Amino acid sequence: MPTPIVLTARGLKKSYHKDRIDVPVLRGVDLEVRQGLVTALVGRSGSGKSTLMHLLATLDRPDEGEVFFRGNRIDNAPRAVRDRYRNHEIGIIFQFYHLLPELSAIENVLAPAMIGQSVWSYFKSRSENRRRAEAMLDRVGLLHRAKHRPSEMSGGEMQRVAIARALMTDPKLLLADEPTGNLDTETGQEILRLLADLKERDNLTILMITHDDEIAASADVCWRMQDGLIHSEPGVEETPAFATHAA
Amino acid sequence: MYRWLLCFRYLKTRYIALASIISVTLGVATLIVVNSVMSGFSTEMHERLHGLASDVMIECHATGGMPDPDAHLREIERICGPALVGSSVSVSVPSMLGIDFRGQQIGRHVNLIGLDPATYDSVSDFGKYLLHPENQESASFELRESGYAPDRKELAAAGWRHRRDRVSEERRIEKMVAQERKMMAELHRKASGQSEPAEQDDAAASAAKGPSFGPSFSQQLMSGSDGQLVAAVDPMTEQFPGIILGISTCSVRHRDEAGEVKDHYYAQPGDDVRMIFPNAAGETKVINQKFTVVDLYESGMSEYDSTFAFVRLDQLQEFRGMIDPETGVRSVTTIQLKLAEGTDLNVIRDALRDRFPPELYAYNIQTWRDLQGPLLSAVRLETTILNILLFLIIAVAGFGILATFFMIVVEKTRDIGTLKALGASGRGVSSIFMTYGLLLGFVGSGAGLIGGLVFVHYINDIAELLEMFTGQEVFDPTVYYFTEIPTIVHPFTLVWVMCGAVGIAVMASVLPAMRAARMHPVQALRFE
Repeated sequence: MPTPIVLTARGLKKSYHKDRIDVPVLRGVDLEVRQGLVTALVGRSGSGKSTLMHLLATLDRPDEGEVFFRGNRIDNAPRAVRDRYRNHEIGIIFQFYHLLPELSAIENVLAPAMIGQSVWSYFKSRSENRRRAEAMLDRVGLLHRAKHRPSEMSGGEMQRVAIARALMTDPKLLLADEPTGNLDTETGQEILRLLADLKERDNLTILMITHDDEIAASADVCWRMQDGLIHSEPGVEETPAFATHAA
Repeated sequence: MYRWLLCFRYLKTRYIALASIISVTLGVATLIVVNSVMSGFSTEMHERLHGLASDVMIECHATGGMPDPDAHLREIERICGPALVGSSVSVSVPSMLGIDFRGQQIGRHVNLIGLDPATYDSVSDFGKYLLHPENQESASFELRESGYAPDRKELAAAGWRHRRDRVSEERRIEKMVAQERKMMAELHRKASGQSEPAEQDDAAASAAKGPSFGPSFSQQLMSGSDGQLVAAVDPMTEQFPGIILGISTCSVRHRDEAGEVKDHYYAQPGDDVRMIFPNAAGETKVINQKFTVVDLYESGMSEYDSTFAFVRLDQLQEFRGMIDPETGVRSVTTIQLKLAEGTDLNVIRDALRDRFPPELYAYNIQTWRDLQGPLLSAVRLETTILNILLFLIIAVAGFGILATFFMIVVEKTRDIGTLKALGASGRGVSSIFMTYGLLLGFVGSGAGLIGGLVFVHYINDIAELLEMFTGQEVFDPTVYYFTEIPTIVHPFTLVWVMCGAVGIAVMASVLPAMRAARMHPVQALRFE
């Protein structure tokens, strides 16, 4: 029985302007992300998959089309709603980790809580936030590095801190943009194993963007992107191969 | 919350921003120092000016003065009501001071004031600027034995001792000259065989009357023109009417080779001086009167110290003929009023002007501020201009902050994108930079505040140090008459300087903050 849909994209179009010429990046993309599954979006660079992710994360607005999160349209929602959506409903991890260099690992993990809460409520629930952040760091196996700055960590460690940060606000959906793209194969595998584990144990929904067919093949659902369009219709596999492959 | 955390982190890690705030620090410190010194000067000046002049002064320009001052005072009391707390009458007359200094006559134009020591001190500071410590307590016009200005070695002998020494020296020289003259006459008589002895006498006398021979002849010269009055006085034990001279009327101040400030006195307590002034009669005649210097007056205001001489009111009235022979009522030229603290002087002045309109009376009614108006407003203008200039310096520093902040925003582009991806609002991101500006402003102006206050506290030591290194006198006491640089720190000034500096820092961060807020998250994330 298929699980409920978390995120839906319908007819997304987006083009960039270069020297007064419209360069279409997305040409009508339809997409569904189902609860509790790892959905892979695979495509070569330039196929528009990153742009699609930005639209899904409301970091950018589509020229045409709609994005629904649990049935509510969010692409044209007011700014405050979209900020709240990014802060609270989803977690994003990037290829280049995007940790704040001035903050320690634990502070980076705490950042979404700090952003989402007012100074007052943050201070009221400070110890709770702290516990949660430590638990998240522990979850990615980096509690012993809590006080370290990003500059003192390796790429794999930074990505794990980024995952802990994305999980801080207990999101319904994790958007991962080439999470292993900047790592060597072995470290990449560790990250993938961590994501698979999160899916298995915490029932986390993950949308992963990658150019690696091998990684894509291990996902529960795989969407293939080319030239701004989704080509292959995905099929929900009976046995989640991602977990077994990654393990 | 994150904005504070990030601000503090940026503050700790971005030293370039701290460099940009140094100009704010310097501006604030300079503003505080300048304002403290200026207000120190102007307060000191106000105090002195106000101390010297009474609150309200009614001057009569008629030579004879205003008759019946008591009736005037009653009328003034009626007008002022309970605000009037003190009054004093005095006679002020332009006069010439003649000092005999080593046989040379020194003439100075002074304002001779006849005052009543008892009431005069109640309307203005007079006694406290006298040199003799006892005169500071209660001014007296009697020459004192000694003890004038214990800290001035030039005046160590001043008083009766100086007078006796001087007179005995004069008499010794007189005797010597008389002997010499006799001897010369003898010689001449022998040489020329007793021809024209009287003429020879004169020649010998005039030969001896060189300027270098000085003091011995002054007595003769002076007594010659003075008539019986002098003849009645034995300078060894008696004095002429007492006079208190402004210190600059009878002294010069200069610097010797070693850089020490030296005072030279043409006359000091114990010496006799001559005052020449008009009498009060309809047909003005000149009065030539000898006085004995009984003290010197040093207020620190060169204008006062170089133009005033004080004598007793009743004596001056007698000399000038200001006493009505029939009724015995004495006239005065000036009435000085002391009013209760906080009284609006201008209101009182205007009321008095209404009562004594200038169309009918030759009176000039002024408050002490009117008297010193140009000086006070010049100081005020100077302070204002300095403040504007220094604030321009801080404004220039503001542009430095602006440029630095733009750089930091560009440098932090990716972080800004990250924050937005994590759900930070545009306002939140801009407030990071505004708060950063605020904190920098506080740090910069706080450092400036502390630096400025420390500088003000040690300003005299710093001036000394600078003098030591450069050999240049920073604060010249021969010019200012203050021994130290006066400073007053007004908390209100500190507050507005701080607010201004912090405000400029915040304003300079507005544009970069707006740029950060408007930044597109996707482009920011892609920024390399």
